[in-house]
Parts: sequence; C-alpha cells; structure tokens
Amino acid sequence: MTTQETRDPQKRDPRIPLLYAAMALALLAVGFFQSWTVALAILNLCLISAIMSLGANLQWGYAGLFNAGIMGFAALGGVAAVLVAMPPIPEAWRAGGPGLGLAALAIAATVAACLYLRRRLTGGARNLAVAATIIVGYFFVRYFADPATDAIESINPAAQGNIGGLGLPILLSWIVGGLFAAGAAYLIGKVALGLRSDYLAIATLGIAEIILAVIKNEAWLTRGVKNVTGLPRPVPAEIELQRMSWFLDLASQIGMSPAMLSTIMVRGAYALLFVAVLIVLMILCERALNSPWGRMMRAIRDNRDSAAAMGKDVTRRHLQVFVLGSAIVGIAGAMLVSLDGQFTPGSYNPLRFTFLIWVMVIVGGSGNNFGAVLGGFLIWFVWIQAEPAGLWLMQVLTSNIAFGPGVRAHLMDAAPHLRLFLMGAILLVVMRFSPQGLIPERRARRA
Amino acid sequence: MENILNALVILANFIIVPGLAYGAQLALGALGVTMIYAVLRFSNFAHGDLMAFGAMLVILTTWAMQGWGVSFGPLPTALLALPFGIIGAIGLVLLSDRMVYRFYREKKSSPVTFVIASVGLMFIYNALTRFFIGTEDIRFEDGERFIIRAAEFRAMTGLAEPLALRTSQVITVVVAVAVVAAVFWFLQKTRTGKAMRAYSDNEDLALLSGIDPKRVVMITWMIAAALATIAGTLYGLDKSFRPFNFFLLLLPIFASAIVGGIGQPFGAIAGGFVVAFSEVSITYAYRRFLSHLLPEEWMPSGLVQLLSTDYKFAVSFVILVLVLLVRPNGIFKGREI
Repeated sequence: MTTQETRDPQKRDPRIPLLYAAMALALLAVGFFQSWTVALAILNLCLISAIMSLGANLQWGYAGLFNAGIMGFAALGGVAAVLVAMPPIPEAWRAGGPGLGLAALAIAATVAACLYLRRRLTGGARNLAVAATIIVGYFFVRYFADPATDAIESINPAAQGNIGGLGLPILLSWIVGGLFAAGAAYLIGKVALGLRSDYLAIATLGIAEIILAVIKNEAWLTRGVKNVTGLPRPVPAEIELQRMSWFLDLASQIGMSPAMLSTIMVRGAYALLFVAVLIVLMILCERALNSPWGRMMRAIRDNRDSAAAMGKDVTRRHLQVFVLGSAIVGIAGAMLVSLDGQFTPGSYNPLRFTFLIWVMVIVGGSGNNFGAVLGGFLIWFVWIQAEPAGLWLMQVLTSNIAFGPGVRAHLMDAAPHLRLFLMGAILLVVMRFSPQGLIPERRARRA
Repeated sequence: MENILNALVILANFIIVPGLAYGAQLALGALGVTMIYAVLRFSNFAHGDLMAFGAMLVILTTWAMQGWGVSFGPLPTALLALPFGIIGAIGLVLLSDRMVYRFYREKKSSPVTFVIASVGLMFIYNALTRFFIGTEDIRFEDGERFIIRAAEFRAMTGLAEPLALRTSQVITVVVAVAVVAAVFWFLQKTRTGKAMRAYSDNEDLALLSGIDPKRVVMITWMIAAALATIAGTLYGLDKSFRPFNFFLLLLPIFASAIVGGIGQPFGAIAGGFVVAFSEVSITYAYRRFLSHLLPEEWMPSGLVQLLSTDYKFAVSFVILVLVLLVRPNGIFKGREI
C-alpha cells in the first residue's frame, strides 16, 4: 500500500464488520441447515478458542513471544475448575492432609534456603550449594508427600481418590484458572524469557508436556488419567429445566420438544456467559494495546535493542506480557472444562491446544485483537466442519472408483486426519500470501 | 564378588544397553536438527513428524516386502526397506523447501518465521502419516528378536541376573556409528561437506568464495531427511511406531542439540547420549540393583527411583534449562543464541 495513514483508534478497519458478519452468517447457516444445537455447540467452542487466541495474540502479536506451551496453561485452567468446584473430600484431607502440609513446608523451606544461599554466596560455590539444597529438599518432600498421596489415592479410588475441591461456584474457577496459569507463566518466564525466540518456543513446548505429565500422574490432585466427571455447572442442567412447569409451557407454545429446547437454552446460557467474558477481556486488551504500555510493547517487539537503549526493561516487559497472555489462556481453559463438565487430561493434545491456537492468531491477524478473535472463530469452525466435509469428499471421490472394500474403508477411516493437512495448508498459505492475516495490525504508518 | 557382578549385569541390562540405543536414536535426530540449524538457521519443529513420516514409509515398504516374501534373514526387513523410506523423506523435504522455505530464505525472513512455517509443515507431515498408517501402535520388527536371551545368559554365566540383548538395540548402535562416521567423513573430507561447513560458519564469506547456496541447502535437507528416517526407523524398531511419540521426541532431541551446542555436529552426538543416559538413569528404580550390594537390614523400603518414568520429559527439560543457565552455548560451544 502506498498511502500513508495515521493511526486513529476511533477509525475501525472496514473489513472487521464485513468479516464478522460473514462469520455470523456461517454459524447461522449451520443453525438452519444442520441444527441449532450443533450451531450453539460450535459457537461455544468458537468463543473459548477466541479467548485463547486473544491470550496468544497478547504474547505473539504485541510482544513477539513464541509460546509453544499454550496447552499447559489451558490444562492448568482445567485443574483450577476441579479444585475450586468439586466438593471437598474430608477423609482424604484427614488421611493425607498433614503429610501434604509437611511436604508443602519442605518445599517452602527449600525455596527459602535456595534464595538465602543465592544471596549470600557467589560463583561456583553458589551453584553447588543451591543444587545440593534442591536435592536434599527433594528427598524431604518425597519423604512427606509419598505416604500422604498414597493414602489419599487409596480412599474410594473408583470415584474419588483425590483431595477434592473447595466446593465453591465454578464461575470462581475462571478467575482462579487465570491465576494458576499466571503463576506458572511467571516461574517459566523467569527462566526462559530473554532467550532467542526459538529457545523460548522449545522451553515452553517442554514445560507444557511437563505440566500435562504432572496432571496425568499426580492422581491425588485431580485423579490423573482417571478423569474427573460431574463437575458442578454454572447454569442449570437440561433435566432440571425439563421439570419446571413454565419451561414445559414455553416448549409447547413454541412447538419444540422439551429436550431440544432445554439443550438450546443451556447452551445459549453458556454462550452468554462466554460472550460476557470475551467482551470484558476484549475491552481490556484493546485498552492495553492503545495505551502507552501497548506502544512500548510494540516498540520492543519491532526493535528490541533500540527500545532497550531508550531505557525500557525488555525482559521485565516480556515477563509481564507473558504472564498476562497465559492468564487469559488459563481463563479459557477453566471455561472449557466448565462447559464439558469433566476434566480429562488425556484429551490435551499439543496440535489441538497449542498449534491450532497459533493458526488462529496468524490467520486472524497477529497484533490485532479483532483479528485474533475472528481467527479463533473461523479456524474452530473450519476445524469442526472439516471432519464431515472430509468424509463427504472421500465418499464422493471413492464412490466412482473400483477400490477394494479394504482400501475404501481405510480411506474413510483416515479422512478425519485430512483436517490436520487443511490446517497446515491454511497456515502456510496465509503466511505466504497474506502474512498480516485477515485483519492486519493497525500501524501508525504504512510504507 | 558374585553380588557385584549381578549388580553390574542389572546396570548393563536396564541402563547401559537401553541408554546406548536410545542415545544413538536421539543423536541421529539431534544431528539432523543441528545441521538444519547450522545451515538454515532455525529450529525445525517438523523434525519429529519428519521422523514419523520416514519411518512410516519404511513400515509400508516392509509390509510390501513381507508380502512378496522378501526377508533379510535374521535381521529385520525394515533395514532393507530403509533406502526407500529415505528417498521418500528426501522427496518430501525438498518439496517442502521448494514450496515453503525457499520463499522466506529469499526474503531473508526472521528465524521465527521459519519456525512458524515449520509448524505448518508439521501439521501436514502429521496428517500424511496419520492418513496412510493411522494412529495406532505398530510393531514391525521381524527376524531374530534377540541376540542374547535372558535364559541363555543365565545358563552361560551362572549369574542370578539376566542380560538380554535385543537385535534392535545392537542394530541401532551399529547403524548409528556407521551413519555418524559417514556424515563426519562427508563434512570433513569432501568438497561439498567443506562448503557446507564454510557456509555455516560465515554465509557471506562462503558466497564470496563461490559456494552455491542452493546446493548447500539442498544437501543439508537431504542429509537431515536421511538422518530423520534412520532415527525414526531405529526408534520404531526398538520401541514401537506410534506417530504421536515422534512428536514427543522433539523435546529430548532439541535438548540434545542444545546441550551439545546447537550447530555443532559432534555436540549433537554427545548431547544425545547425555540426555539419554540422564533420562534412563534418573527414572530407573534401583531397588534390585541395591539388593545385591546392601545387606538386608540396610535396604530402603521404596523402589529407590528418583523420578517416575512418566516424568522423563522433565529430565530433558531440566538439562535444557541447566545448560541455558550455566553454559548457554552448550558443551561444545555452539552458535550464539
């Protein structure tokens, strides 16, 4: 583009309403042609994806940080949902509480000792002393924690076998999930930020796998791979609605089956909650982007050295934006688990929870919040609809050709994997031909 | 004396032999990653899935060969199929380079752009592998499975503890030594290898001396694809083939490359063994080992396992972080990150 335009926060990109309207039409089309319950299910996950994408955009779009560990932060949000909302299990606390408490004390003591040694000693002695403290501390923690976790895991293992939660409303966990993710991000950022982008990506990739490994194996915490089901819900259940007389009257007035109407109403209620969260986060992110802080972040992203020369503390700012972005992902992770009503650590897969979010940010437009949200909607929509579309395509392609029955069955089985191919292709095509995404970042000047 | 021998046999059986095999697999993977880094200057996130893709081609060829009644005697048929897998993987990476990376190279894009492009290719390789072979666990080892069986070893030595030596473990080490020797000979002695090292050290200077960058890039990809296919096949023979496991190998492989000093071929080999032996020795339960050395009353009650095997990724990660903090350029002083 040859024209020079000055940045005007009031003036919106004309593409935004157009593309958003097209997205809304696509969802409506699903409602009309497939069913409204399907459309609402897609919408809910679109909203959650949009929030994750907003968090990733904060890190990548504002600050140029490559976080390949989005999955880990989303899973931490899920842990928060379990720990906040599940009913407490007093037997577990009686059996393992003291041991866990002592283990926590041992951790705190180890950390305190390390911090003390770091301050008092220097050079090689410091590293040795800190390493020795960590090793000794590790054995103390294991000494207290192992019997306690065994005791907890042996209490009613078929249904419980963990410490339970606090029994608080699950909506609270959305905030707690954000805090969990923020805490983890702070620790990770302290170690990994300030490295070159490739290194940060590898380090975050690793940390996400470790978070998942902990969640899967520490059964005393969230039952691990045994999954937590039956989480309390932020909205009434379908069954409860169907028992109310006003609801049945409404159903007969509209002429819809109560089962259908209750599903629509419950999913609609979730959608309203999610929209509210999205709007709040969107306002905050937009304000941040247009504030001096946002300008500083972009300055650091575009030229780290000159920003540092201007006296900006680059590593500190990176840590800040890394924590904020991860917190948003954590919120979305808690929302996802609330929507599912269950926490299944085995379902977290880096392609779906980390790299798909990346596709969303880059396709939507990195650095632009409206772009990131649109990317979240669009890519989730394509991801879901590509599966039936792939099957249909395979059916059409194989119907006229004389394949053996085995080959055809294999192709039909394999068709769902084609959506991974589609995602890769979309990412590469957008990067190549429209590197700024569907809704580009608004720049002060364009050359 | 016999106690000590028994303890040593346990160590060999559960730590040294598996560690050597796993280390050789990681080393081959890391060598590919490090060479791509040295010449193309980015971390290839698609490397794990490239390994899976190459190994998949080998498995498909193996099945076809088994169908035709071809076998390699006591050795796995997969070794015969290996060249076909390598050719296929080379075709795939050259196509990827032509269609994806070349554009960014000509534009001199930032390394992170290459990394994101490799994420896109990761999706595509992943889809191809899953499309052709599915997501299930596949064992494709045939031929003689053991060189030394546990029972034979017991009968031979009269020791209480067995040492089993699987064919796949020996093949892994032998093939890895041969491949690494070939790669080093190529890098040190041939004209093209020297051109590659010169290009990696100083791109501008290499261009001035008339080195053809296209050729260097092409050969780097070919070597990386061959190494990835070999590493993937050996890993699949030794453990089993499951596409997702190859993605998970990415972390230990990156850790190996970085520990050794990224961009340093020799470092990648050393790093592979450092990571493999740390992983195996930290996640091994030493109870039986100690039972031969300690008197009854001193025996600890637990498994004497430092870390559960489920946390083996944590080991690679901790090594990675320690290296970053203590010696950011790796053991062999690789490229500045």
